[in-house]
Amino acid sequence: MTISPGRPPQAAPSSNGVPDAASGAAVQNLLPSDTPVQLIDANGTASVHPSYLLPAGDALLDAYAQLVTGRRINDQANALVRQGRMAVYPSSHGQEACQVAAAAVLRDQDWLFPTYRDSVAVMSRGVDPLQVLTLLRGDWHSGYDPYEHRVAPQATPLATQLLHAVGVAHAAKLKGEDTVVLALCGDGATSEGDFHEALNFAAVFHLPVVFFIQNNQYAISVPLRNQSVAPSLAHKAVGYGMPGERVDGNDVAALLAVLGAAVERAREGGGPALVEAHTYRMQPHTNADDATRYRTAEEVQDWVPRDPLARTRTYLRGLGLLDDARETELAADAEAVAAAMRDGLNADVVPDPQELFEHVYTRRTPQLAEQARLLRSELDRG
Amino acid sequence: MAATSTQARPAGVPAPETDGGPLTFAKALNAALADEMAADPAVVVFGEDVGPLGGVFRITDGLTARFGTDRCFDTPLAESGIMGMAVGMAMNGLRPVVEMQFDAFAYPAFEQVVSHAAKMSNRTRGKVKLPLVIRIPYAGGIGGVEHHCDSSESYYAHTPGLTVVAPATVADAYSLLRAAVRLNDPVVFLEPKKLYWAKETVDLPALRRAADDAVRTGTEAAGGIGTAAVARSGTDATLIAYGPSVSTALAAAAAAEAEGRSLEVIDLRSIVPYDDASVDASVRRTGRAVVIAEAPGFASVASEIAARVQERCFHSLAAPVLRVTGFDVPYPAPKLEHWFLPGVDRILEAVDELQWDEGDAGDEGAVETETRAEAGGPR
Repeated sequence: MTISPGRPPQAAPSSNGVPDAASGAAVQNLLPSDTPVQLIDANGTASVHPSYLLPAGDALLDAYAQLVTGRRINDQANALVRQGRMAVYPSSHGQEACQVAAAAVLRDQDWLFPTYRDSVAVMSRGVDPLQVLTLLRGDWHSGYDPYEHRVAPQATPLATQLLHAVGVAHAAKLKGEDTVVLALCGDGATSEGDFHEALNFAAVFHLPVVFFIQNNQYAISVPLRNQSVAPSLAHKAVGYGMPGERVDGNDVAALLAVLGAAVERAREGGGPALVEAHTYRMQPHTNADDATRYRTAEEVQDWVPRDPLARTRTYLRGLGLLDDARETELAADAEAVAAAMRDGLNADVVPDPQELFEHVYTRRTPQLAEQARLLRSELDRG
Repeated sequence: MAATSTQARPAGVPAPETDGGPLTFAKALNAALADEMAADPAVVVFGEDVGPLGGVFRITDGLTARFGTDRCFDTPLAESGIMGMAVGMAMNGLRPVVEMQFDAFAYPAFEQVVSHAAKMSNRTRGKVKLPLVIRIPYAGGIGGVEHHCDSSESYYAHTPGLTVVAPATVADAYSLLRAAVRLNDPVVFLEPKKLYWAKETVDLPALRRAADDAVRTGTEAAGGIGTAAVARSGTDATLIAYGPSVSTALAAAAAAEAEGRSLEVIDLRSIVPYDDASVDASVRRTGRAVVIAEAPGFASVASEIAARVQERCFHSLAAPVLRVTGFDVPYPAPKLEHWFLPGVDRILEAVDELQWDEGDAGDEGAVETETRAEAGGPR
């Protein structure tokens, strides 16, 4: 199946408005491409795809700038963990194209539902990096107002947030809002019950949700082959009656095209879709993980030439949209973001202990009031 | 995408006729849902079989016909899905009221309840409020087979962020549910199944006016969440109960009166927030207390209440606080449940253990009565 914007449902809608996928042809139309969609290969060479248009050069240049910043953020955050300034950082090094594209395909009125590994996507959506890193620094569970940029709190349990995304989309549909919800998860999350329930609910209620799996090949230490024996994770879509598509997760052009088509299809009433990006987590799960225990150095090295930044750079240089001067500017811009992040994280923040009792209930219970008084007296004693 | 109105539809279907005369607990809940849906177009009701069927206990009867399929609808059979979708809908401006069909069927949704519904406001520093109600037909005494009779309140009460309500009267069923829907926090609303068919004469128009006034003025607590009630006044000992156990406690108090002992019965109405002040005032007055609950007693709400009363009222107590609860076993098969449930006799026997002095009313000579003998068991 090709997720084309504006394409009408593949089969005549049944009485409840859901496409009738019973026929063999309808099933074929929901299946993903035989190979992941790729528009720019690892050498930076563009190719013509029968179903997806290559994004324009300036859109790719914008994406490239975000990739450079994203890479710099990942590296800086890792350094800050080593310096003890952050409790933990799950890096998306190698997956930056997925991160950047997830934010780029959304409009202001849309929602992004990120996981703990999607800090760069959240930043790309416009949230201040310092606010994003509040969770990982250890000040509070989430540092930003979800309504300001329409970004849900970063989820740490797997797949649970996909149902929240479905709920936001369902409310939007009932209220007649023009809102599409993009919900992120990893390959491991596809084994969770909530993944199944979220896709099924989105399909049954015909909701504008795009489920985006970043298949980075490992759920902490467990490789994909021990996670699923489906032909691909995108194939799971057909079981729910929605289209699935596979995309090269290191090709930002293909991601922009495929995710963009899925989002526009949802916006136009086409219902949910599932997109699986094939990518690789170049670094350990977090700084607490020893990736050498479950994968070989050779395997990691195999992915180095497929780097999302390198191929975009080569392609844009070939077009003449990128030169040394512009690269220096982009690097300086990324450095400025990293420096601000570093300075912010180097500043000591002492959370107010009394805030423990805030935001638990709209009105503090008598028991919490009593416990707040106890802590107050401990603080007063010093 | 078709824009769908969420306005209340005063279509041809009238509100259920519930004014005047005796009203069942189930009808009171139904009226509460209908009245909240009429008062606020953001209120949506969904779950398994709540649409055309009206719920397996008919609590949502007529809501789809009156308000349309956008406002009251069936979902696929998936409790985590129901709960997780409710979280997202509440994030995006609606006020979902979901039904979990039966207590033990709610467990697949447990992660969504405790990790997400309970914590969303806290995670986001209060930016996201989650006004949603999780209705759970709950507890036993109806001869249900396994997984249909659990008392699950301790799991929820143990989770900060959840308000836990358990009504015991028809009037409270109506008022507490309306208040729960208006609360800007997630509420676990436990409906004692054995009370669904209980009838009381209540002044529904007056309750409705009070709830409507609360809607107008934005008074969330008008329904009494957080405030315990004195279900029966007494002077010798306090029975502390909630939900399905309140009627049992009242029956025990009536039997005790025949034996010359005056028992006060406190109906908590909400487990969280817990009303220390009302409980303490009663226990300090009577000097003795028994906590009654259907759930297994170990590490339970009853344990928490007993501990609190002991800590806070120690110098007023003439005897240790006792608990009369279900045994620490899985909820039994229907033919055994009467042995499990705390009954009148077991409560009265606990009252007898409260170290009565010579000359206290209802000392040992008075206790054995026909009532206990004919129960044929601990009930």
